[in-house]
Amino acid sequence: MRTTIPVGPYHPLIEEPELFRVVVEGERVVDIDWRTSYMHRGIEKIAESKTYDQVVFLVERICGICSTSHPIAFCNAVEDLVGVEIPERARYIRSIVAELERIHSHLLWLGLAGHYIGYHTVWMWSWKYRELVCDLFEKISGNRQSYAMIKPGGVRQDIKASEYGGIVKAMDELEPKMNMLIGAILDDPVMLARLKGVGKLSREDAVKRCTVGPVARSAGVDIDVRRDYPYAAYDAVEWNVITQTDGDVLAMAVVRLLEILEAVKIVRQCVDGIPEGPILEEIPEVPPGEGIGVEEAPRGECFHYVRSDGTNCPYRLKVRAPTYSNLPSFRSRFIGERVADIMIILASIDPCYCCTNRAVRMEDGKPLRMLDEKNLLDLSWERTKELERSFPQRSRSWLEI
Amino acid sequence: MEENERKLSKLSRWGLKKSPWAFHLNTGSCNNCDIEILDVLTPKYDAERFGIVLVGSPRHADVLLVTGIVTMQTYPRLLHVYEQTAKPCLVVAIGACACSGGIFDGSYHMVGPLDKIIPVDVYIPGCPPRPEAIIDGVVKGLAKL
Ligand code: SF4
Repeated sequence: MRTTIPVGPYHPLIEEPELFRVVVEGERVVDIDWRTSYMHRGIEKIAESKTYDQVVFLVERICGICSTSHPIAFCNAVEDLVGVEIPERARYIRSIVAELERIHSHLLWLGLAGHYIGYHTVWMWSWKYRELVCDLFEKISGNRQSYAMIKPGGVRQDIKASEYGGIVKAMDELEPKMNMLIGAILDDPVMLARLKGVGKLSREDAVKRCTVGPVARSAGVDIDVRRDYPYAAYDAVEWNVITQTDGDVLAMAVVRLLEILEAVKIVRQCVDGIPEGPILEEIPEVPPGEGIGVEEAPRGECFHYVRSDGTNCPYRLKVRAPTYSNLPSFRSRFIGERVADIMIILASIDPCYCCTNRAVRMEDGKPLRMLDEKNLLDLSWERTKELERSFPQRSRSWLEI
Repeated sequence: MEENERKLSKLSRWGLKKSPWAFHLNTGSCNNCDIEILDVLTPKYDAERFGIVLVGSPRHADVLLVTGIVTMQTYPRLLHVYEQTAKPCLVVAIGACACSGGIFDGSYHMVGPLDKIIPVDVYIPGCPPRPEAIIDGVVKGLAKL
């Protein structure tokens, strides 16, 4: 018998409101569908009313976890449009901040993944070690999250020479902890049994469904923006792109864990090799034209497109966040899996829905105009009602609201 | 009768102050505030040792931690969740988004800020507020009861 299990929109285990409809037959999943846009904030539209300098703060808040990736991608796009080269020192600072962010993001994911499969020790430990990075950010930028370090043409704040020691010390502290954590996870038979072979993504599917970042790399697709289209200081330091071949949840975990170690390596080298000099190349005005910027966010390639009409605000900003590309891989990964593994597979792409949400209305396959307030509200209510009708015997604990 | 009710409400308010259970509701935030809420529960701040836990159902919640600007999609669900909570329930608006709309003010998809929709007891400004600020806000809110 087929049963549809709604997961979300407010599910105790998902941080963000999203609705997944999982169709199961007995223990096995036979289909999955999802609804997003609960967190759509209309950022691309708001950006058109803000100046280039302000948009950086706005894109920083597309996603709090990748709060450096979006600004870097946006600034890359603006710099591409204007055609400026940023100062060497700014490049290194960008790399340091981006890699520190990768460490904190991957640790955050690891913790949540541990939480999802019931390993609260992993959760607590990795979030404890993550605090090291948050403290470091607070020292460098003044804020634990949303660092406001990036600016078109360079960086907003310098990293002072007196702060290098603190960064290196934190890295020294972090590395053994990471090795311990990696050992503890990869040696644990229960972990392996829970993660190995679960939610497999084949290499063909990974390519066909346009996955990016750790998801693609775990399935053997060797892509990384940092190496393929170098920005910041990534071409000046030694590091490796981590790939795995299995494409299961374990492989994704391994990719992320090893990437933390690579990030530590990059940060060390950047701190060592950072040149003196200015940190900002002023951009007096933005000429008409268009530019694109890419960045390897912790979740994969983050893409920004900026079109300018010569005024001080962008004419159009288009964002494609990594989760948008990674979501479709669920279709091929869920079929045949157990209900108990739903959560960990959902979590395995490290989804960040607030980056991804769009509001477009489709009718007969044709996208219609953007909806105004009233329409959207009506639609939303209609949808709640429809959902209520379609899951008559829902159990309360699933919280289909 | 009234006397009993008053006693009961006094009792429930007293009960609320010890070991408050929180339900976290994301109504269109950037995730930062949500991470900081989780941070409060993890080892560095470890609010769980005072019996503060995140619960999975609004019906068990004494405190509603709301982040985000309240988008149109989450608006009806916010009302639904608020109706389900047992009163009295402390509503805490966390972050600039929930307090005023923050940087997203003026968005076409925004119904909030939160206090336009449900009564708010505590505002915690900041983008994102530090975990200490969140703890402080909740403690002050509970003292108000
Ligand atoms: S207040 Fe700031 S940090 Fe919090 S959700 Fe809003 S934009 Fe993000």
